[in-house]
Amino acid sequence: MTALPSRRAALAGALSLAVLPMAARATPETMRAAIAELAAGRVPRDGRVRIDIQPLVDNGNTVPMRVWVEGPADIRAIHVFNERNPQPHVLSLAFGPAAAEPSLATRIRLADTQTVVALAEAEDGTLWRASVEVIVTIAACVEGLV
Amino acid sequence: MARPLVSAPARVARGESFEVKALIAHPMETGYRPGENGTMLARDIVRRLVCRFAGDLVFDMTLSPAIAANPYVAFRVRAMRAGALELEWTGDNGFAAAHRVEIAVG
Repeated sequence: MTALPSRRAALAGALSLAVLPMAARATPETMRAAIAELAAGRVPRDGRVRIDIQPLVDNGNTVPMRVWVEGPADIRAIHVFNERNPQPHVLSLAFGPAAAEPSLATRIRLADTQTVVALAEAEDGTLWRASVEVIVTIAACVEGLV
Repeated sequence: MARPLVSAPARVARGESFEVKALIAHPMETGYRPGENGTMLARDIVRRLVCRFAGDLVFDMTLSPAIAANPYVAFRVRAMRAGALELEWTGDNGFAAAHRVEIAVG
């Protein structure tokens, strides 16, 4: 990889979340509500969309994640949700004609051990769903954990 | 201020796909974190990243506070003709940054 942040910037980013308070938090219910809002009555089917994320995360402040979709080139969007960060949304992607594949790698924050869900939206409106359990040992927040 | 780092090949074969990696310096302040006097620090995030190649959309990404500081993305672009790879970041407090890479195809 050629694009690296400076060590100082990376450290500042990592430290900046060390005292995230637990007052505001998404719950499995808020994630379900966010997904239901996106689905608008459609029932997501399991399959095709994949989430690459390490199952055991040492540092929840910056977690490498890649989402991609298998099968025909009919995917127009990918949405990623989480259960226990302050907000259920992680990212949304709308793909255009210059995308080689419906895929993106990035780095996310995970406030706690939780489930990450990805939904891929096909051109015919079909929603494909994947979920993955991630265990976070050093969370993106350290206060108020049980 | 924003300093994008973008890695992309200078030349690719027509019809081939190529990988792009992009990173921008930004704290991605979540809005859920107390400052020194106990009051919450205001949210300050990059909200959107739009990537185009030769005028065509690659993707339009909506970011949230769950994206780690110094947002990094890696993705693949299909090269059907030569053109510029353009990335545009926008966010809270009027944040705006752009980066352009000319890519030869053939």
